[in-house]
Amino acid sequence: MNTAQAKKANPRKGLSPRQWIKIDASGMYYKDLNRQIRGLAEQGARKFDLQNVYGQRYIGTNLWATERDKIRIRVHGTPGSDMGAFMDGPEIEVYGNAQDATGNTMNCGKIVIHGSAGDVLGYGMRGGEIYIRGNVGYRVGIHMKEYDDKIPTIVVGGTVQDFFGEYMAGGRIIVLNKFFEGNPPVRQSYFIGTGMHGGNIYFRGDVNIEQIGAEVNVIEPTDAEWKIIERYVHNYCKAFDLGERKVKLLKREKFWRLYPKSTRPYGMLYAY
Amino acid sequence: MKDLSKVNNPYGDDKVISQCSIFGMMNTTGEVFSGKEIITAIRNMHERGNGLGGGFAIYGCYPDYPDDYCLQVMFDTRANREETEIYLKRFFHIQHSEEIPTCPTEVIKNPPDVYRYFVQPKVEELHEIISDDDIVIRRVMKINTTLDGAYVFSSGKNMGVFKGVGFPEEIADYFCLEQYDGYIWTAHGRFPTNTQGWWGGAHPFSLLDWTVVHNGEISSYGANRRFLEMYGYICTMHTDTEVVAYAIDLLARKHGLPVDTVMDIFSPPVWEQIDRMDPDDRKYFEVLRSTYGPLLLNGPFAVIIAHHGEMVAHTDRIRLRPMVAGIKGDMVYASSEESAIRLVSKDLEKVWIPVGGHPVIARLKELAKDDVVEGGRELLKAEGMEV
Repeated sequence: MNTAQAKKANPRKGLSPRQWIKIDASGMYYKDLNRQIRGLAEQGARKFDLQNVYGQRYIGTNLWATERDKIRIRVHGTPGSDMGAFMDGPEIEVYGNAQDATGNTMNCGKIVIHGSAGDVLGYGMRGGEIYIRGNVGYRVGIHMKEYDDKIPTIVVGGTVQDFFGEYMAGGRIIVLNKFFEGNPPVRQSYFIGTGMHGGNIYFRGDVNIEQIGAEVNVIEPTDAEWKIIERYVHNYCKAFDLGERKVKLLKREKFWRLYPKSTRPYGMLYAY
Repeated sequence: MKDLSKVNNPYGDDKVISQCSIFGMMNTTGEVFSGKEIITAIRNMHERGNGLGGGFAIYGCYPDYPDDYCLQVMFDTRANREETEIYLKRFFHIQHSEEIPTCPTEVIKNPPDVYRYFVQPKVEELHEIISDDDIVIRRVMKINTTLDGAYVFSSGKNMGVFKGVGFPEEIADYFCLEQYDGYIWTAHGRFPTNTQGWWGGAHPFSLLDWTVVHNGEISSYGANRRFLEMYGYICTMHTDTEVVAYAIDLLARKHGLPVDTVMDIFSPPVWEQIDRMDPDDRKYFEVLRSTYGPLLLNGPFAVIIAHHGEMVAHTDRIRLRPMVAGIKGDMVYASSEESAIRLVSKDLEKVWIPVGGHPVIARLKELAKDDVVEGGRELLKAEGMEV
């Protein structure tokens, strides 16, 4: 439905916030697509169903949303890099894989990816939630940060690759390492949490000392932390229709908490 | 050295942030197909380039001259061409030559003349035994370094490189590439960072039938270049990617190493990882790193390397540039972005992101038992990331 049609459908009130608006993105330049979404949202539309997405970037950027006034975007196809970059509130659900730099410096909102995602997901993320059903690439969650009650959270159902949580300064990442797929073999990733100085990683499965950065400690999660893990795994199951009973099968003793030894690991680097 | 002041950069800017797009597709049965799909795919990644370079390599496109070296040469002026042709006639039997057909468009500004020559090297009275391939390389190096206004784009048999300043889809239109057929196609959209955007500096880079398209930056260029110069490879194109083409010719063709070993030389594991390996693997990497240390490629890169029979998609060992691979039937795809593959092949059987430093290798079925190596080294028990 284009803007003119939309106006005709509801000429006086603007667009209905309840109605899903379908946009066929075939061959559309990313700027035109994002401009169209923004324009429709300004007229009152809140639900967007994007079809035939092939690599259009920055979906979800330059929109707004509040707790009461949500903008929701469904993406069918393969969204381009930087999906949800600087995003401040909307919810995006991707029925496919996401490319690189998803949720770059995202501030608020939610991203649900039914497939896998590429490298640098959640880079510098400051708030909001990202759920990935499958695997993620290299350098995920690097330099995430938190302030007060704004604690960004990423839940990865599959595996992570090298430099996971590098220079992490806040927030939390939960890695399930294919729990719901029945634990097929997992490639070992290295340099986990190198330079980490804030935040927490909750990692299901064994972590060898050579896999983690020198700045990271490994410990069992506390009771309070286990509650948080359970809550987010519960959300994960809900997002992907995985049946909540399975959450109960998660074993607390399988999880490790990775956290920084120091909030300023390089404070003395140039002191001597 | 030659004057490179004739730089065709319509924007006049000299440094911008980097992306580049690369795409490759191969039919592992050797069946040829047109350029339509790869042009669609590389156009979809338009945003990764900035119009300062685009190019394509096609394998199997000259079935009428399968045994002749095809020299595709760019000339600045007619006088440059005439001078070069005198040189070519002296050292080669020219079976056929022609100007490469173009469809001039407004967007391609100030194009040079590009000609192709199907040639056989003349038997030289040399005091050494030298293969035809090496004679061709020697002549290509000579043309590139000493003849004014002449640059050899490619010099392989039954293959060609088409490149220039413009977006890749514009270069494809300019050279009418939809009319060509090949069983391997690679493509590049350029976003030059450290060197100027000029016709010779566009990708693919090529020597004999080796071609390389590259996204990223080879920080070890200086070390690589010095090493290659000892073996007679002279870098003339003012772009880091050039060393990859020469390095693979040295390692794979002259030293006879298999392609996966060459990739282990380009992106070996870090010493810390090598120290943890079992003795055989440790020995293997220790030998490679001590023998060919100067050919380690450092810095962020993703490359698609091709020659007859093989297409290799490879990244640096910590994958600082993206690469996605896909399979559908006999077709193998490699791309900077998954969306570009999906756009041209809707029902892929498999899509995956290869592990950094582990090549994806597609091979002609008639030449290999495993026609696709999926980017994991057995000895590291690596698993590509399925998406």
